[in-house]
Order: sequence, then structure tokens, then C-alpha cells
Amino acid sequence: MVTRTASVVDTGEPGALPSAPLLEVADLQVEFRTHDGVAKVLNGVNYQVRAGETLAVLGESGSGKSVTAQAIMGILDVPPAAITGGAVRFHGEDLLTLPEERRRAIRGEGIAMIFQDALSALNPVFTVGFQIEEQLRVRLGLGRREARNRAIELLDLVRIPNPARRIRQYPHEFSGGMRQRAMIAMSLALDPEMLIADEPTTALDVTVQAQIMDLLAEIQAERRMGLILITHDLGVVAEVADRISVMYAGRIVEQADAASLYRSPGHPYTAALLESLPRLDQRGQTLNTIKGLPPSLLNIPSGCPFHPRCRRAEDVCRSEVPRDVRLGLGRTSACHFAEEVVAGG
Amino acid sequence: MAEYSPAGDPILTVSNLVKHFPVRVGVLFKHTIGYVRAVDDVSFELRPGETLGVVGESGCGKSTLAQVLMRLEPPTSGSAAFEGREIFRMRGAELRRLRRNIQIVLQDPYTSLNPRMTVGDIVGEPFEIHPEVAPKASRREKVRELLDVVGLNPEHIHRYPHQFSGGQRQRIGIARALALRPKVIICDEPVSALDVSIQAQVMNLLGELQGEFGLSYVFIAHDLSVVRHLSDRVAVMYLGKIVEIGTEEQIYEHPMHPYTQALLSAVPVPDPTLRGLRQVIRLEGDVPSPVNPPSGCRFRTRCWKAAEICANEEPALVSRGGGQPSACHFAEERSVVP
Repeated sequence: MVTRTASVVDTGEPGALPSAPLLEVADLQVEFRTHDGVAKVLNGVNYQVRAGETLAVLGESGSGKSVTAQAIMGILDVPPAAITGGAVRFHGEDLLTLPEERRRAIRGEGIAMIFQDALSALNPVFTVGFQIEEQLRVRLGLGRREARNRAIELLDLVRIPNPARRIRQYPHEFSGGMRQRAMIAMSLALDPEMLIADEPTTALDVTVQAQIMDLLAEIQAERRMGLILITHDLGVVAEVADRISVMYAGRIVEQADAASLYRSPGHPYTAALLESLPRLDQRGQTLNTIKGLPPSLLNIPSGCPFHPRCRRAEDVCRSEVPRDVRLGLGRTSACHFAEEVVAGG
Repeated sequence: MAEYSPAGDPILTVSNLVKHFPVRVGVLFKHTIGYVRAVDDVSFELRPGETLGVVGESGCGKSTLAQVLMRLEPPTSGSAAFEGREIFRMRGAELRRLRRNIQIVLQDPYTSLNPRMTVGDIVGEPFEIHPEVAPKASRREKVRELLDVVGLNPEHIHRYPHQFSGGQRQRIGIARALALRPKVIICDEPVSALDVSIQAQVMNLLGELQGEFGLSYVFIAHDLSVVRHLSDRVAVMYLGKIVEIGTEEQIYEHPMHPYTQALLSAVPVPDPTLRGLRQVIRLEGDVPSPVNPPSGCRFRTRCWKAAEICANEEPALVSRGGGQPSACHFAEERSVVP
């Protein structure tokens, strides 16, 4: 049994680790060729996930967090998308150079994914049972009856009451929370080593969200799965993440363990995000806001992409793209003034 | 923060408001097989300059409440009075005057603006219907002023909605709501479609406008942190009913109703040091169907305190033991916010 604390310790200074990462995204670059020009959606994304670890990828709309996940899964629409550089290594093997047949074998068994909107991710014309059984029969070669029994077990595992009856129902007969559970069951069918959850609770009510996050955490700990949790919700991240990667304009601007990131953010964007949050425990007057808007990916600002909205931007920020500055404990921040920011400056 | 003190007579008084939607089946010979009890016996008061937050999960009836108060849907029964006059009986000129005084800001800034109209036409449209507010010659100038008030560039008056970001579109919707200088604005999830950094900008704007124009808000949202930030008083809804109502401090610091407590405890707190230390009340199952709500207390099927009386007798929304009104037979204060 690996505890959460242990996995935090796991992620010390990079390079000092005996265990290789399960998944490694290295300098990933993706463009979308649109009518209006080339949108640079990912501009060198780096992150790593180890077995049993939860990495939260935090960012606002258009920051590239979902596109990264789609590139890992190999489900980007190409064209308009094009992967122009970088690598996605799973057990050290670059998925981007594998033949489609090999990649398909990794999908589901190696890496599985669940989506935000379960209603559109599930096929409305097949029963929930059929959709879970399909992969068991095709991929594992199970017979009808075996597949059905296994699917019922899976629904039971994600705590859907009455699984033997529910399995014959269609997605529209499920509530929102049930559908999300069914999708989790489906993603677990081939016992993946790694799960990518793209905003899994964003469409759900807060009491149901709590149920689903509990379920995910439990299943992950039990199976020692690597989990990438893509979200914009700073509350959800604080409750489950071991490490956090903050994305802005197609870059990772900060990586840190959860406790450090909230205690002393190392990038002005992270700091400003935390300050702009309304809090449940206080009635505030005026919220600190981040001025302006996220940049258009067709026309990313020079230097640091955050500089037009940054409180402490100086000349160097407009001219030079900041490199990742190491802040100890495996933390990095892509800011020219990272050391000062993390010190509270 | 100063203690909340209600000032003056209520500007809006809602009493025993009920809205049921019929459930019909059949193709040629439709017949009604039941009713969705979207809003069931809701009463509250809104005072001038006050913000009443309305929170609850999907299907609790909070948006139906907004539509009925806007007179977009007729109520099944009950009444609502604006400055003492019953709004559901108003007709003609009196109704038009009412519409000037109660406006709405909608959730989705992408679908609530007509993509074929310019910003100037969208924000100026209320003046077409209420020409007495602004004579034709001064309308453009008025629209520019409104854009300026909500923090948009008045030069962008000829642009179309698609040329704006989500946050800017929501500002356009707010400018439209402000055009007729209403006294009450009903905000139906005004920030839930926005990113965190933009959400804060729009919340600040709503706060500033309230001070500047003395607006009263009915602020409907599912995000409890957002509601706390802006509200003086808060009503918690569950399956068409208000289960608890009180000042922002009473609801968040001293919640009495088990549902309020569960809802508050389920909100993830952005502080990893509290992980595992917070007491979180996990509710089982889903919200029951509003077509066939449980007998007695509607929350009893998910409540850990449920006893026989809860199935037989519907709890009244009254103060028990000195606290704010809560509709629970076993109401008891329990602090859940860290």
C-alpha cells in the first residue's frame, strides 16, 4: 500500500530518482492551422508522472491542458492540429513515433482517459453494458457472458447500485454522476497503468463532485495508477494533487508539489490566480484580479507570454522568453524573477 | 465587514410562490401524468441595496424562480410584490414599468447575445421598447456611457458579440441589464461560465455597480464561494424549496440544516494543508426527481438524521432554538467551514 505522502516524497529533485517516470511529456509542440493563421497551442510542454502519483494540470480555457492530453492519447484531429516537435514517452518509448497499431494497443491498457461531458462521450444508441463489454470482448477476447459478468463487476466497483439491472440501460437513463461513474468503469476495464481525467467533475454538482473525486482517489491508490487530473478548479487540485503543473498560453509556467505551490507560488500567474479566488471562509470586499485577457494563440506576446498581464513585468520580460528556473524540491518556474516571487516579492 | 442590517421596506416580497410544469405524454391525445415541482412554496424578501444569494444544485428550482420573477413564466400560485404592488396581476403599461425595474443577467454570454446584432444595438435595444427612458437622439451616447460603466471600450459600439471574449460578453449583458436603470437585477449564474481570472473581474464589477446605482440583486449561483463573496443574505434551495435562509454569516458560519452543512462541507478548499483534516459530510446518491419528490422532508432520502417524523411531516421553514429559519425537524448548528 503506497500512501499519498510517500508519493510526494518520491518526487524530489529530478534526476535523483531511482524510479523512471511512467509517462514523460518532453518539449511537446502542437500547432493548429486555422483560416486565421497558425495557432501555437503547445509551445514546449514538459511533465512527468510516476506510478501512484497524481499530477494536476491546472489552467484556464485555451491554456493547452486538454490538447496535451489529446496528444498523449493520440486523439488530436490531424489536421487541423499538427505535432511539430517533442516526445511523449510511456515506459521510455516514444508514442509519437509508434505505428498506429501499437498505439492502439497502449490505449485503454496502458493509458485510459475520461472526459468532462459523459453524456457526449458515451454513445446514446448502445446500452452502457454494451459499451463496457465491447472492449473486453475485442481486446481481451472474452465471450459474451464473461464480458457481461466482468462489466457488472466494474459497475459495482464504481458503486453503481443495482449493476445487473443498470447494465441494460442507456446513458440517458443515468444521472450525471452515474454517467461519470460508468465512464470511469469503462476506463478501468483494461486495467490501465495511467489514467487521464479531463475535467471529470466540472459538469457535476458539488456533492456529486465530492463522491466522484473520492472514488477516483480510492481506485488510484488501490491500483497504484498514475493519474493526470486536468482541471481549472484550484479547490479540487488542493484536495487531491501530489504535484501541480500550471499552464499558460501553451507552456508550463510552474511545477511544484501541492503544499509548496499554495504556500508560496513561484510564478506571478499562479500567485495572481490564487488571489483572484473568492473564498468560502470569508466575505471579501474586492477581489484581486488579473488585468486583461489570456493571449490569442495566433499572436502570443513576445518574451514571457504573461508579461502584458503581469504586475511585475520589466523590460527583460518583453524581450526574453524566461527559462525554467529551479527552485528546489523539484519545483520550477518560468519567470525571470522566480526566486523573488517564491520569496513573496 | 459591518453587521448586516436590513434597510427600509422590502423592494420585492415573494410569498408562497409555486411553479409546477406539467409532464405530458402521448402524441395526438396528450394527457398530463404528473408535475415537475420546480418551485414549491418559496417565500422571501429583498430589501433595497441588498444582495440575496440563492444557492442549490442543478434542478433545485433556482433558475425557474428567476424566470417566474421576470414574468417569463406564469406562476402556478403564490404572489410577488414589487414595491408593494402585486406583479403577477400587472398588465399593459404597468407591466412595462415593472420590466424597467427588474432586469436579468443570464448565465451563458455566448447564447444570450444575438450574434447578428452589434453591441450598440444589443445594449440600446431596451430603449426601443421603452423610448421614454432615452430620446432617440441621445441613445448612442447613452450606450457609450453604459459600455464605459461596465469597463468596455465605448469605441467598440459597432462590433459584434463574436469579437469579444467570454468575460467581455458578460459585461455586454450587464450593460444591457443596466440600460433602463432598474432597481432589481436578477443574476442567474452570471460568472459560472467564466475562467477564474475573469470571474473575479466580473464579480468586482457587479459589486461596484451595486454601490454606484443602489441596485438590489437576487444572485443565483451554484458556487458557494462566489455567493458568499457577494451576498448579504443567502437562501439555500433543495428540490424546489428553501431549506434555510439567513444572513451570509449565519449560513456560512452557523448552518443549521443538514443539507446546508453537507453542501458547504463538500466544497473543495484551495488549501492543501487542510487535506484530510476537514470534516466532509458525504451525501449518498443523487437528488431525487422533482416529479415525484419524497414525502415529508424532501431531503430525507439523503439525510443522515432522517427519522420517522421526516417521512410523515414536512418541516416548516421556521427558527428553531434561536437561529435562522431552517426547514429541518432536527436543525442543529454545526460549523463546517474551516
